Amino acid sequence: MLFQPAIIALLLASALGVLGLLASAPFALDVIRRWDIRSGSERQLQLERRTYLFSTLLTFVLALQLAAVLLFVFNAEKMSGMFVGAMCAVGTLNVNAFGFPALNAKIAVFFLAAMWLAINHIDSRARDYPLVRTKYALLLLLAPLLAASAWIELQYFLGLKADVITSCCGSLFSEGSPTLAAEASSLAPVPAMWLFYGSLGAAIAVAAWHGFGGGKSRSTAYAMAAGSALAFVATIAGILSFVSLYIYEHPHHHCPFCILKPEYGYQGYWLYVPLFVATAAGLAAGAVQPFARIDSLREIVPGFSRRLAAVAANGFALTAVVVTAMIWQSRLILLEH
Amino acid sequence: MKLWLAKQRYLIDFTLASLARRKTRNLGLLAVYTVLVFMLSSVTLYTHALRQEAARVLTASPEVIVQRMVAGRHDLIPPGYIEKVGRIRGVQKIEGRLWGYYYDAVTKANYTFMVPAENAPVAGEIVVGPALERSRGLAKNNGISFRSYSGKLHSFIVADVLPQASELISADLVLMSEASFRAFFDYPVGHYTDIALSVANPQEVRNVALKLAAALPDARPILRDEVLRTYASIYDWREGIVLALLSAAILAFGILAWEKASGLSAEEKREIGILKAIGWETGDVIKMKFWEGLLISLTAFLAGFVAAYVHVFHFAAALFEPVLKGWAVLYPRFQLTPHIDGLQVATLFFFTVVPYAAAVLVPIWKAAITDPDSVMRS
Repeated sequence: MLFQPAIIALLLASALGVLGLLASAPFALDVIRRWDIRSGSERQLQLERRTYLFSTLLTFVLALQLAAVLLFVFNAEKMSGMFVGAMCAVGTLNVNAFGFPALNAKIAVFFLAAMWLAINHIDSRARDYPLVRTKYALLLLLAPLLAASAWIELQYFLGLKADVITSCCGSLFSEGSPTLAAEASSLAPVPAMWLFYGSLGAAIAVAAWHGFGGGKSRSTAYAMAAGSALAFVATIAGILSFVSLYIYEHPHHHCPFCILKPEYGYQGYWLYVPLFVATAAGLAAGAVQPFARIDSLREIVPGFSRRLAAVAANGFALTAVVVTAMIWQSRLILLEH
Repeated sequence: MKLWLAKQRYLIDFTLASLARRKTRNLGLLAVYTVLVFMLSSVTLYTHALRQEAARVLTASPEVIVQRMVAGRHDLIPPGYIEKVGRIRGVQKIEGRLWGYYYDAVTKANYTFMVPAENAPVAGEIVVGPALERSRGLAKNNGISFRSYSGKLHSFIVADVLPQASELISADLVLMSEASFRAFFDYPVGHYTDIALSVANPQEVRNVALKLAAALPDARPILRDEVLRTYASIYDWREGIVLALLSAAILAFGILAWEKASGLSAEEKREIGILKAIGWETGDVIKMKFWEGLLISLTAFLAGFVAAYVHVFHFAAALFEPVLKGWAVLYPRFQLTPHIDGLQVATLFFFTVVPYAAAVLVPIWKAAITDPDSVMRS
């Protein structure tokens, strides 16, 4: 089923990403071996000029991956009409064994790309490019991941057969089936709410503390990164366990994808976009901290980290507000007072 | 943040002024870009509207249709067959349908003759679809004769013409009474063409089909959902094929954009040289070029998309209609319902802006690393 416009677009984005990283791999090796900022040789001059090309190229490629995650989910959602048994994105992703791995790989690439872009950003602002080597070494680590993600995605799209009867959210997220998603779905609402609001509150508090401290404290930055990761997991668990129930006003429908459907006013995007942005910002703040002591970055990292903290705190706060509003609006009574 | 915004604003200002200085060149690129977006968005808008239309039309069709198969071919439903289906839980209504095709040598087209379940015309009268009204020049109370397959001539009075609004499904339709139908086709008494079942609960449809298949091994149940899915896949596939063919155009456009971006004029080179001499960094020049690309892309995208919208919904997609719509002698005329879909816009953006950005990346960098002294000296 490759001749679907959105699938062609996604494969195009993946191919561009893999090609871009492949093209920059030899350059990355060259930089790691030969980079010497103090030298005024012809080769160093050339390397310096080329870093502009490759950092622009990689910014483009990785930004494209960020957009591709959204398109991937959007497309899975739309294609659910074509498979017997599929009612939302879950059914489409379940058509073969590569669907959910493809989504997870894309999300992983999304966060890693965000972290790399943050490191690239501070490096390009420092006068002596102190992180060039680190940056390109990290890129060489990122390249196989991106290629793997593209390969899984291709396998998934190649394996999309319209005659497969797939199972949808009703069976995947029902309590009692032996999957992680089902475990999270069967989490009782009260502990899930504690976990959700607790971890979001903690993430907001740590981010605010870090931000108001001028972004200087390294330990709070790491705490913010850890808090963001935890808040991300807790929010997904919370959506599975209770948020979805309130949105559908149905005590047993735990699907995290149906909320993206037009029937529910695309509410899911209100929830997921701030969550992903905030988590990426939190993780990025952690990713730039190891380099905070480098001389030329001493001035740059705290300011950048402070801004990331503001994005993370506001994003998580927005997530919490959106969830609370959804619960408020709902006519479902899950907890008796 | 304010500083950053102000910087971007000045960059955009500067870029716009610099674009305006080379009007003809940029307008050429913009025109090609717009045409590309126009073609791609016409295709996607049109197929999407067709898909919507098919779905809208099929919502009123019965949930399950049962055909009897003999040696793998569609055969008539014999007397007593409907009783054999018996009572299946969940089925609201079960009825035999009578319909068939008739080839009219005058218009060289096939008509669908059908006996409606309700409000059938009286014997000797027919109700015709709008396309038939046009092709045979019929009006209410006119008489018309058809030569049946047995060679006999049958005359009918046109009692009514079906409304234009239903043309997509009724273009070639001729409605008549059961008696006329059986007489015209020499249809054996008690036989039907197929059986239509209405099922109230959509989740029961598959179970009903399974029970039918078990009770009547020679029957072929056709589900409405399956028909819908098939339509969706067909239109998606057609759209995909056209887009794949147009990918050559995308590639050509990419090459053009590359050429345009790398063939810097001497004046432009001097401009960049001077900018760098007065303190712009390579990064700033790249940013300026980035804004240039973005402005051109967004303008072309918006203009192309709006033009495509007008083309599809006001001019019935005259350019792509033959490929995407399919073909028939009595093709229905119909107005498509305007509909814009978020996924389609996002996909289009991926198809047009991303190749452009990828194509101009290297030329932009080459322009940006120009040495001020080498340019000004030459």
